[in-house]
Amino acid sequence: MDLYLPVANLSVNALVIVLLGGGVGFLSGMFGVGGGFLTTPLLIFYGIPPTVAAASAATQVTGASVSGALAHLERDGVDLRMGTVLVAGGLIGSLVGAVLFELLTAWGQIDTAINILYVALLGSVGSMMAREAWGALQQMRAGLPAPARKRRHHPMVANLPMRWRFYRSGLYISPLAPLLLGILVGILTMLLGVGGGFIMVPAMLYLLGMGTQVVVGTSLFQILFVTIATTMVHAMTTGAVDIVLAGLLLIGSVIGAQVGARFAQRLKPEYLRMALAAIVLVVALRMAVDLFIRPDEIYTVQ
Amino acid sequence: MTVLRALIVGLALLLATGTSRAADPRLVPDVSSRAIDIQYSFTGEELLLFGAILYPGQRLPDDRADIVVVLKGPVRPIILREKRRVAGIWVNASSIRLRTTPGFYAIGSSRPIDKLVDERTAAIFELGLDNLSMSPTGFSEAQKLERFEAGLIDLYQRQGLFVQNPGAVEITEGVLYRARIPVPARVPVGTYRAETYLISRGRVLAVAARDVQIRKAGFERFVALAAEHHGFLYGLAAVTLSLLLGYVASAIFRRR
Repeated sequence: MDLYLPVANLSVNALVIVLLGGGVGFLSGMFGVGGGFLTTPLLIFYGIPPTVAAASAATQVTGASVSGALAHLERDGVDLRMGTVLVAGGLIGSLVGAVLFELLTAWGQIDTAINILYVALLGSVGSMMAREAWGALQQMRAGLPAPARKRRHHPMVANLPMRWRFYRSGLYISPLAPLLLGILVGILTMLLGVGGGFIMVPAMLYLLGMGTQVVVGTSLFQILFVTIATTMVHAMTTGAVDIVLAGLLLIGSVIGAQVGARFAQRLKPEYLRMALAAIVLVVALRMAVDLFIRPDEIYTVQ
Repeated sequence: MTVLRALIVGLALLLATGTSRAADPRLVPDVSSRAIDIQYSFTGEELLLFGAILYPGQRLPDDRADIVVVLKGPVRPIILREKRRVAGIWVNASSIRLRTTPGFYAIGSSRPIDKLVDERTAAIFELGLDNLSMSPTGFSEAQKLERFEAGLIDLYQRQGLFVQNPGAVEITEGVLYRARIPVPARVPVGTYRAETYLISRGRVLAVAARDVQIRKAGFERFVALAAEHHGFLYGLAAVTLSLLLGYVASAIFRRR
């Protein structure tokens, strides 16, 4: 069934897009990530212009993270104070991202920048996750209890001036640290159409040293608001949000996310993390290869 | 540059047809639809350009005349970028600006263009992909320009935006002609011009044109306009849609 996308200016097979959204939604429900890091590359691969892909993927991540964020809010799994600081940073970041987006577009380097950022981020986060998950699996096989992780924040964070108490996270740190983190993730959301959960969660754990019980909920809370902000910024600057494309993705992903979340409850978290690491690494590898081989199109029109 | 070219074309037209000797034939062209609406299931369309050749005194000439049809989309300025390998990776390394690139150009003829007219005439009437005047700005070597234009033509041909089909025009009994031109889904919207040229013995005997509107319609038009002119409200609509769908899905699944 072909459907014309009014902003992307081309027609796509609606079923393919819904299934794509469903697949990404399934993974995002299973692993508790937004899934934007999969949607954007897959859409570009399908032939959607990169800008439209990134903008519409951000809209889709909003829908995918609503139910998760609500569930965590009900369970008191969100550090609202921390979340608010992160969202404030995210808002600043999405505006900075918008400026960067325009500059890079004018220089003609936006596609390459998106590509390199993806490779660097997914590559490093993916290998970190893989190493950690591998260690956990080995320990599980050997029958050893998982070593208690020392929960502490990075020394650089401790050196920042001004300190606030974040009760739910069990932290007494400078709000500048989460603010900067929020800005960074906001920029990435704007440029890449990712929610940033795959950076946010490790950063919360290892840089800020937050308590595990609020990490996922707070991350989802931040993703929800920052993707809303980036959708608005995209709509008002690049005008690249395709509501028909986003709608198709959403139909698939909100259903997929629910199924995925149910499915995840039957699996061991160690295996889940290993699988997620593998997927992240495959995407990174695929994009890295794209950088080095001769592209199909040498000439592009802007 | 374009003004000059328009003048030359105008003058050539005058010489070709304007003097209008009584012996010159006339063209009566038409198109299958004056307006193409792009709507939800639009996957492209085929436009039929057809018409009649009216010879004075209704006497067919001894030698065969040929027909060339051109469907040309609105021109717009573009930046064309070229990727090159820099430090191992492929990046956009250089670019040129072209001020008057048609977003769509299709040419069909009853015989290959180079068999109908000489190069100069083809260039004056912009017949053929190689004769499009794209008005590059800034100084750049002719070689580079040629490479870029060839790249653009190749790209657009594969996207179906540039079409060259000698043999697309069918002439019946020497007086009726018809040609099908494929219009793909990704064409830009705007006012298109369907031109018909009657050519005989290397001379353009008559030219006639019709306008064709290609536009988004209905919901697609509404969405495209909203995205362009009401960014804030459009963004709000997109956010509301995603929140609503996300919430509804989780509510439904929770009840089970």
